[in-house]
Amino acid sequence: MCPNATPPTPPTPPIAFDPLAPGTQPPYFEPSYRSTILRSPRHAPITIPPTLTETTGPNFTPDRFPPVIDMTQHHGGTALGERIIVTGQVRDEAGRPVPHTMIEIWQANAAGRYDHAHDQHDAPLDPHFHGHGRVFTDQDGNYRVVTIKPGAYPWGNHANAWRPNHIHFSLFGAGFAARLITQMYFPGDPLLALDPIFLATPDPAARARLIAGFDLAVTEPNHALGYRFDITLRGRAATPMEGGA
Amino acid sequence: MIPTASQTIGPYWHLIDDPSGYDLTRFGAEGDIITLSGRITDGADAPVSDAAIELFQAAPARSAIFPGFGRAACDAAGQFRFITLKPSPLPGPAGARGNTPQAPHCGLAILARGLLKPLFTRLYFPDEPLNATDPILALIEPPARRATLIAQAIGPDHYHLDIALQGAAETVFLEF
Repeated sequence: MCPNATPPTPPTPPIAFDPLAPGTQPPYFEPSYRSTILRSPRHAPITIPPTLTETTGPNFTPDRFPPVIDMTQHHGGTALGERIIVTGQVRDEAGRPVPHTMIEIWQANAAGRYDHAHDQHDAPLDPHFHGHGRVFTDQDGNYRVVTIKPGAYPWGNHANAWRPNHIHFSLFGAGFAARLITQMYFPGDPLLALDPIFLATPDPAARARLIAGFDLAVTEPNHALGYRFDITLRGRAATPMEGGA
Repeated sequence: MIPTASQTIGPYWHLIDDPSGYDLTRFGAEGDIITLSGRITDGADAPVSDAAIELFQAAPARSAIFPGFGRAACDAAGQFRFITLKPSPLPGPAGARGNTPQAPHCGLAILARGLLKPLFTRLYFPDEPLNATDPILALIEPPARRATLIAQAIGPDHYHLDIALQGAAETVFLEF
């Protein structure tokens, strides 16, 4: 194989991207989230028509990117904390399932501490919890991961600031323009009403979709509580995606 | 259906647990191998030391040995580096501009604390005749800002692009 000899990629049916509904995404500049002040551009982004760079994307496969479906098992032991199951469906803007797509997951441990060199929070690390998962959706766009409920933790944004319990999700979808990093929150968390990151998205319904639902049908007796978190990616696939696992 | 809202990657991302992601040739791709480097700064000209930067390219075609995607972590000086294959030209967007070819380029996404959603931009190469007619560069006004997307050749097969999130030299960012 000699990839550099490949001629320019022929035009393929482009993934269509609808304009984003106003208020359903956070802005770049949100002064209540202080880190945005020096990191948000002052010029508006230039709107471009999607080209192959934006409408196509990598095809991650489990052989190159090994799944980690049970985050509670690490270094030969079991993580401390409240074991939970998180499941849901990934679909596109047309409501079609996105099959065989990779989801990367990361989070703090039950005490609210990340196993990360930069996290200085005075809470214990758990030798049996690294906090990194990777799962692939099945043919129907469904995923499932077993983990522990992450703890809340303080941050320096303002006086007595605490992040709500949350799990980070990273997805690629069918193309660069569908790239999504988001956070899943938990129902009933009193910190949500105080969190500038959660509140940065203006539309209350869009914010509500970031909160997982407790689901007794997902809950396993004598084992773990279940939560459902569905994810919608940008784009409408013209044809079912090829390849997969 | 309405796409899920973006949230920041935050400062504690684990996505780089596999640091080899900066090298798009690590699965054995061969060809015109190049190094791309750069430095990301904020509105105070301070390095963005906690950013993730992702590179996407549609050409050469993706294959089992060339993912067309890379991810790098910025270091304490805000610097990043990729190894990849030199992109070839791509067809332009369909429509009024009539498929004018796009100059060789890579897509870039910057993810960091303080970015509630990714910042998308592109890296183009110096001395590419197609830059003059590239249908995406042509959309950038005033034209002087187009230069913020064009890397400099700083060595054999080594191109460098500084990215300013804010300030006098603010990079042009894109949305789709």
